[in-house]
Amino acid sequence: MNQIASLNRRGFLQVSAALGAFTLGIRVPEAGAQGVAPQGAAQGATSPEVNAWVVVKPDDSIIIRIARSEMGQGTLTGLAQLVAEELNADWSKVSTEYPTPGQNLARNRAWGNMSTGGSRGIRESHEVVRKGGAAARMMLVEAAARGWGVPVTECRAANSTITHTPSGRTTTYGKVAEAAARLTPPTDIPLRDPKDWTIAGKPLPRLDTVDKTNGKQVYGADLTLPGMLNAAIRDCPVFGGKVASFDAAKVAGMPGVKKVVPVGETAVAVVADTWWRAKTALDALPITWDNGPNAQVSSASIAEVLKAGLEAPEAAIGNRAGDAKAAIAGAAKRVEATYGYPFQNHATMEPMNATALWTPERCEVWTPTQNGEAALAAASEAAGLPPNKCEVYKIHLGGGFGRRGAVHDWVRQAVDIAKQMPGTPVKLLWSREEDMIHGRYHPITQCKLTGALDAQGNLTGLAMRISGQSIVAGIFPQNIRDGRDPVVFQGLSPGGEEGAFGYAIPNILIDHAMRNPHVPPGFWRGVNLNQNAVYVECFMDELAHAAGKDPLEFRRALLKNSPKHLAVLNAVAERGGWGQPAPEGRARGLAQIMGFGSYVAACAEVSVSPAGDLTIHKITAATDPGHAVNPQQIAAQVEGSFVYGLSAALHGECTVAEGRIEQENFDTYSVMRMAEMPAVEAILMPSGGFWGGVGEPTIAVAAPAVLNAIFAATGKRVRQLPLKHADLRRA
Amino acid sequence: MARLNINGRVVDIAVEDDTPLLWAIREQVGLTGTKYGCGVAQCGACTVHVDGVATRSCSTPVSAFDENQKIVTIEGLSPDGSHPLQRAWVALDVPQCGYCQSGMIMAAAALLAANPKPSDADIRGEITNICRCGTYNRVQAAIKQAAGGNQANG
Repeated sequence: MNQIASLNRRGFLQVSAALGAFTLGIRVPEAGAQGVAPQGAAQGATSPEVNAWVVVKPDDSIIIRIARSEMGQGTLTGLAQLVAEELNADWSKVSTEYPTPGQNLARNRAWGNMSTGGSRGIRESHEVVRKGGAAARMMLVEAAARGWGVPVTECRAANSTITHTPSGRTTTYGKVAEAAARLTPPTDIPLRDPKDWTIAGKPLPRLDTVDKTNGKQVYGADLTLPGMLNAAIRDCPVFGGKVASFDAAKVAGMPGVKKVVPVGETAVAVVADTWWRAKTALDALPITWDNGPNAQVSSASIAEVLKAGLEAPEAAIGNRAGDAKAAIAGAAKRVEATYGYPFQNHATMEPMNATALWTPERCEVWTPTQNGEAALAAASEAAGLPPNKCEVYKIHLGGGFGRRGAVHDWVRQAVDIAKQMPGTPVKLLWSREEDMIHGRYHPITQCKLTGALDAQGNLTGLAMRISGQSIVAGIFPQNIRDGRDPVVFQGLSPGGEEGAFGYAIPNILIDHAMRNPHVPPGFWRGVNLNQNAVYVECFMDELAHAAGKDPLEFRRALLKNSPKHLAVLNAVAERGGWGQPAPEGRARGLAQIMGFGSYVAACAEVSVSPAGDLTIHKITAATDPGHAVNPQQIAAQVEGSFVYGLSAALHGECTVAEGRIEQENFDTYSVMRMAEMPAVEAILMPSGGFWGGVGEPTIAVAAPAVLNAIFAATGKRVRQLPLKHADLRRA
Repeated sequence: MARLNINGRVVDIAVEDDTPLLWAIREQVGLTGTKYGCGVAQCGACTVHVDGVATRSCSTPVSAFDENQKIVTIEGLSPDGSHPLQRAWVALDVPQCGYCQSGMIMAAAALLAANPKPSDADIRGEITNICRCGTYNRVQAAIKQAAGGNQANG
């Protein structure tokens, strides 16, 4: 993979044109060797593309274009497998590259949506990329048939080779690619039945592993351009505040310092020859802040606002059937509990960064982004130039998790800085501290649940009031209709393909009282499914306990109309040993949910020492994503989801004091390390017929499975995350 | 000004004495395989070897080193990516985003040099690097594989 298609011929020529006869300072083998043909075959600068997705070179090597971003989730390899499958390609000759957002714009979005989030990389583009591969194969075969003067129906393709079956003549894709590129693309493009897959569906090794083991993989933070300067930035620590003043003269003479610049109204950056010198000068720079209207907000004041929302009369409805209030009023037994879920930072390992080069005529940005098109829009706005005079080159991401998708605040900053240094490329890199206190945080919510049990312990009614933050209101407020954010109800919907609430409860009311603190929210891997799963699945456990029923049997009865939900739950129960004695001192907990189009469940096995120390021994996880494109990478996503989900459950919390986030680094924002990691057994059970995501859903079942196991071990219900605040000592 | 021995080469580096080794390696020597993650020795993305000992280069100034100390970065771990850990990493497809993996591999290499047959508990106790993608179980399995033991998944 040429991970830096951005530093291809185009980027190189533009940089060179702007800066004169520099050489490209990038430290990557073959940088610039594989360019995306800017306008397709007609340009002729590289081998002709057969279509937007496929380039075949005369030596039979194949370049598959990938529109979505690779950030570790394996989509790059999976999408390439889908194209190669329909292409009948020789997989050993496949490499990949990113088309740029500017090229997508110039070609009427030939590559479709570049956004990489919501576990949509494969499930939203499988059809278009498979058709791209199939169409290319059809064109290659037709070109060969025409060359031989034989009917196309007498030819077949396999492993990048085309055979004329009656005569046994063969040719290769590389030999006919140029002719194929001149043909009219087919319009009727049949796709293979997944049961016949030979490349897709297989646990192939990733295409991007080797360079990640030897230091060669270039991330945005590693980028070097000729003549490049480095910037360190400080944005007002209080959200909503701004810069009152700064004294640039105090640091102007420090080593390497080139310029101190305001960045919008809220931030200041130091530009220097190296980043370390920029940061050193920034630390020494006297800045006075105007902390603005939020300077008195605290976690406690936010919690009070949310608490009031739990009882507020006005709320947007997400799921309603029957009459939950009446069922609760007439219940033989009523169960009530309130849960809470905190702000959390994405904490990607690579802090936010972008390199920008601005001239009055053009602006170029090199950045790790989950959405190249959104990055281009942000660059264009900040540059004051139309999108067709801007370009974004996607650089490999050191983690994304949603932080690098919807909001490109760092891109705007980088362009703003570059604009004040025309003609000079400037790399802006956030410090970890800047990254921690200027996140787009997992939304904060509380949830009050009330359940109605009849005399036989059946669940006859459920009321669930969520109070708290809306991500959509914070990022896409135009999408809020009548005060309702549909994304709040992830996993709680009455039906549908995205995240149906599986439990059949005759009387149900799930609603949301929107309460938006000033802390900016963001899409955080797993999004609202994370807390919704905690709320529902822990409360299901509470209800089962109150009904005197086994948590598995209690759920099974309610899932009788939801066979896919039930299947993953049954799988983890069976493999996790539910119903059989746990090893001495251990206890188990269950959780299931549907989200991002997939069905997931987990069975956690934990122990808690008398002193209250928790050990998560193992987790058995099941996933039904419909179709599975790369089973070993799905297993990697499931394992990784437990790290992300358990980090959140055990440690993840950003608190607010005087309007700002208190945690500035990993010493106060703890995350899971290897010593805490349980064994994970991932059961993949693709039932076919639909396409679900795999990067996020499993995160949601991590916390509730563990919390339910903790209850089984200790009799203690932990209802406020993270767990670090809970006292698990035996009474 | 500092004189450092990095990957077997002695280099003179024109930086302030208090510049962390990490930034001298990345910005002056130009080896970017060693990563910045936190700057406070928490995450381990910056791990290099100093005379064979895993060291978090973000929190030690260049003035603490001289040319007699052998500093090895991920680029110098093996000439061609053939260190047993690198081979195991590829065989098990360990990396996800990969950003932490240089530090992870360097920490693991120092562990194996000191303890060629580490137990699971040794690995879990010694490797304290942060990975946010969640490669821990494959990291553990790869270290076991490189050490010639059975693959472990927990």
